[in-house]
Amino acid sequence: MAVTRGGASTLASAGLVALGGCVGVAARYGLEERFPASPGAWPWTTFWINVVGSLLLGALLETLLRTGPDDGWRRTARLGCGTGVMGGFTTYSTFAVETVRLAEGGQVWLGVGYALASVALGILAAVVGIGVAAGLWRRATGMQAPSRAGGHA
Amino acid sequence: MITALLVLAGGLGAAARFLADTAIARHNRLSLPVGTFAVNLSACLLLGLLTGWALAHPGHDGVRAVLGVGFLGGYSTFSTASVEAARLALAGRSLVALVHPALMAVACLAAAALGIGLVAG
Repeated sequence: MAVTRGGASTLASAGLVALGGCVGVAARYGLEERFPASPGAWPWTTFWINVVGSLLLGALLETLLRTGPDDGWRRTARLGCGTGVMGGFTTYSTFAVETVRLAEGGQVWLGVGYALASVALGILAAVVGIGVAAGLWRRATGMQAPSRAGGHA
Repeated sequence: MITALLVLAGGLGAAARFLADTAIARHNRLSLPVGTFAVNLSACLLLGLLTGWALAHPGHDGVRAVLGVGFLGGYSTFSTASVEAARLALAGRSLVALVHPALMAVACLAAAALGIGLVAG
């Protein structure tokens, strides 16, 4: 039955995401332990984790999207490395609680700045990741944008 | 020991996010990514509650780390939220690309503050 197969494949996918999630969470935990945030200060470690993770996920998903359909190794890579590793590496909950703790500690504007900068730079980083992957793919397949062709001649 | 549990909890959190997102996507008729919104909102409320509880009951650093850094850190995601907003922007839906992440941030910060306040207050 299709329903049973779908259920089994959903569970297998969840297992793949869990494996990747372990790797991503371990990497974030290692970085947060090595570079802990000081109370009342800008949480740089979470900030960079979220911005770099957004860039990498944008680049990964765009690369997978351009190389072919979402099945086989591409689906494995999307679920394991994307949903799993990058999803587990970055964190929205720690970001939110850090922001609230800054505001509650009297650093309201630092909290507002941290929230705005994280969200805006996260999206910008994802756009850059998508753009770089798309650009590299165009070059690799020889479909260079005409306006850029002259620059590399 | 704490590290092993934390990493394991992180994997479970990521799987829970995938299953929740899959279930929501199946019923979502909007052209908006609501799965990540729901996951992050619930994660922020839960981490707020956990943080409030840890503030009121010091000395449970292990529990806080395994559930907060591990499970809820793996459950919530910042990168997917960024990429979803980036795709809305690149698809020319500039207004939604601005409003959706702003709404998510405001709602998630409110949920985290509510969680801390409910337990610590």
